[in-house]
Amino acid sequence: MRGLGWLAYLTVGTALLLAFLYAPPEAVMGEMVRFLYFHVGSAWVAFLAFGITALASILFLWQRRFLYDQWAAASAEIGVLFTAITLITGMFWARAVWNVWWRWEPRLTTTLILWFIFVAYLLIRSAIEDRQRRGVVAAVVGLVGFANVPLVYLASRLWGGFHPAGAHLEGRMVVALLVSVLAFTVLYGYLFLLALRVRRLEERTHHLYWGGDSF
Amino acid sequence: MTYLVAGYLVIWTLIFGYTLILGRRVGEAERRIARLEKEGKRHG
Repeated sequence: MRGLGWLAYLTVGTALLLAFLYAPPEAVMGEMVRFLYFHVGSAWVAFLAFGITALASILFLWQRRFLYDQWAAASAEIGVLFTAITLITGMFWARAVWNVWWRWEPRLTTTLILWFIFVAYLLIRSAIEDRQRRGVVAAVVGLVGFANVPLVYLASRLWGGFHPAGAHLEGRMVVALLVSVLAFTVLYGYLFLLALRVRRLEERTHHLYWGGDSF
Repeated sequence: MTYLVAGYLVIWTLIFGYTLILGRRVGEAERRIARLEKEGKRHG
């Protein structure tokens, strides 16, 4: 896992270099286009993380193995972090090019709703003591939350708004963007394994202290 | 440019901060497990 950590930070470092030194400024936005590389990368990881949460939730509801519940929780935590990063980079970018921090337009609003749903998911998890009940309730909330992901993705196409639905990028910009998305994906893999390890160790501590089954 | 630098600082602080918190939680849990296994402590 340590090797994956080094690989994650190496690819992230490469992505940063490409974003700042290799990719050119854009004709209209100038240097501010450099937000794109990590804004899109973090949005992709957020969708991926919530997708893994949804998949693990289905597996938990089907097989009732607590391992899947831990997968769902670990991935949701990372999804919340990267949705927050998407919102924050979007706000800084909006301030730089639109001259406002926030606009209540479809893509931004649905992303904020997605973030709130998964913050609620984590709060619900911490509020329910019984593991079985916590797993079932969290799985249902996780699936409902994931249903919002396609809405976020399609929001600009369905309802318009200021957020661009797509963009035509120059060759070097595409390279920098793809490397950023790859870097964030590797980073997600590392953080997921680390978050999972935390949950397994804390489960083991609970088992040693109070007795009962670990899984 | 200020917004670009500020935005990047915020996101990398969040990512490194989260990684450090996870690393710390792993360390604490490992120490607690080692102590509990050594003591053989069990509560009913």
